[in-house]
Amino acid sequence: MLKEGELRIPSGCAISGIIDRKGRRFSGEEIIRSISLMHERSNGLGGGFAAYGIYPQYKDFYAFHIFYENLNIKMQTEDFIAKYFDIENAGSIPTKHVPSITNKPLIWRYFVSPRIHMLKGSFISDAEFTSRCVIKINKDYSGAYVFSSGKNMGTFKGVGYPEAIGEFFMLDTYKAYMWTAHGRFPTNTPGWWGGAHPFTILDWSVVHNGEISSYDTNKRFVEMYGYKCTLQTDTEVITYLFDMLARKFSIPMEKVIKIIAAPFWSEIEKENEELQFELKSMRTVYASALINGPFSIILGYEKGMIALNDRIKLRSLVAATKDDRTYVASEESAIRIICSNPDKIWFPGGGDPVIALLEEGQK
Amino acid sequence: MCIQKMKEQKNIGNHVKGEFIMIIDALNLHYRDLNNLLDVIIIKGERNIVLKNVFGQRYIGRGLSENTKVKIYGTPGNDMGSYMDGAELEIFGNGQDAVGNTMNSGKIIIHGSCGDTLGYAMRGGEIYVEGNVGYRVGIHMKEYKEMKPVIVAGGKAGEYLGEYMAGGVIILLGLNFEEEKNTGIIGKFCGTGMHGGIIYLNGVPSECNFGKELTRFNLIKEDFFLLKKHIDFYAKTFKKDIKHLKMESFSKYVAINKNPYSNMYCAY
Repeated sequence: MLKEGELRIPSGCAISGIIDRKGRRFSGEEIIRSISLMHERSNGLGGGFAAYGIYPQYKDFYAFHIFYENLNIKMQTEDFIAKYFDIENAGSIPTKHVPSITNKPLIWRYFVSPRIHMLKGSFISDAEFTSRCVIKINKDYSGAYVFSSGKNMGTFKGVGYPEAIGEFFMLDTYKAYMWTAHGRFPTNTPGWWGGAHPFTILDWSVVHNGEISSYDTNKRFVEMYGYKCTLQTDTEVITYLFDMLARKFSIPMEKVIKIIAAPFWSEIEKENEELQFELKSMRTVYASALINGPFSIILGYEKGMIALNDRIKLRSLVAATKDDRTYVASEESAIRIICSNPDKIWFPGGGDPVIALLEEGQK
Repeated sequence: MCIQKMKEQKNIGNHVKGEFIMIIDALNLHYRDLNNLLDVIIIKGERNIVLKNVFGQRYIGRGLSENTKVKIYGTPGNDMGSYMDGAELEIFGNGQDAVGNTMNSGKIIIHGSCGDTLGYAMRGGEIYVEGNVGYRVGIHMKEYKEMKPVIVAGGKAGEYLGEYMAGGVIILLGLNFEEEKNTGIIGKFCGTGMHGGIIYLNGVPSECNFGKELTRFNLIKEDFFLLKKHIDFYAKTFKKDIKHLKMESFSKYVAINKNPYSNMYCAY
């Protein structure tokens, strides 16, 4: 079958996210109900979920979820992992037979920690080391794809409608304090397992509805810093941008948002001199990190969830709060079906982020 | 085939004694089944329909012709009332995106707020929204002779209000939005690409919120007449006390040029 980048199918998507800001965990049942209500926004060629807080017993280990096309590549990849990591536990990810889910790859999970002696003298953190290894596998081990690599979190995705993928991975048996979900309607490319959302690196996950017209610019920029876009899919580059700006460059999140969905020059002109200087500097230095084109995304990371629209809101996004929970989704009905009476419900503006973070001490 | 479906789903429709109102529980119904069911009921002569538990079903009221009233409880999906041709929809909840898409005539009343692209390419009829409306409201609205679409919203609107507007009327009352700081009655880029129609706003927003293609005009007698008619209907429908609303405080925006792009394509 032709993969991403080898075929173009011109053709929307559905996104949904829930977080309990107090860190209480709940099963994947609600997020599945929410995303499946927007069935019409996807076409069965991709569905996926990111779940945070699911592996408390292994919270200090990086959890690798890997797709393998065959046993041969699995053996090669495992040799690589065993060389650079101590493997605490490994096994195939339990799945259930669902008639509509076909052509499934081998799906494995490893709880690992980087081998400390490999890090000595290299002046890099264990997160940096791990991300480099993940990029290396995805780049050089054709037929193996690490689709999740964070701590105490995991991504579950594949080709099918999201509700079928949720059933396939039995997400009702996992408990997380934060869930994000995606239903895919591939634009430009066919659907394959690795190409489904969320896209992740370490604990950063992104689900995305839209199409990034600045993809090539963004890709060239992140690739200068050691990332490798292996999937020819726009969402992948958004994940790397967040990881690079927020983790690698240690830029505060509110500024990362101003870089990625930068205000118009005409808007910057209206600000006071000090702020103008700051905003102009950011737009100049990180010009290549500006995301252009229509998008609504939900970013998940260790601190919580951020939902963001492009600057002129070319994709829909609705947010709501109820007690300790924050909900975001492409459509209001997808929130109402699981939260019939929210305290507040609103339509965020373009470039105006919905920030829902875990309360202090809840991590 | 539709009739058969109707028979299968007989259990979900029930008549209220004496009122001849058909109530349909839409929970877990796919949008195609719901809309087909509506078609069948209407062909059979039902004219007053209530939909309960609506969660995101699309295209409700599509192409629906006159003398039909549908009350909708819940959150109806995208493209509600698209191509609608004379029916009346009353929604007790918020509207999603593209409500009244290419609507031809009829009335949509929303007891709540509404999402983006409300009245997209609307050609006739009236839409009343109690609260706020989203981005690109009235994009590409148009008018022809007696066909003049009208959108009235009680609150504020998002950016790109009346984008590429070619006809019709948009009225924003700007009620109860002061609580949210730093936001005006409209967002940026209001009327960008506008070349027809009229936008009425309560108050005079800052110049920098408007596109280059429109300008402010003074209100004349006809304007007051039109405003009063729609505002009175708004007040009556949503049971609002609007005594403090002064007609004189409204501003009127009209396109500068009826045909701004003609030179781009056929200068000679």
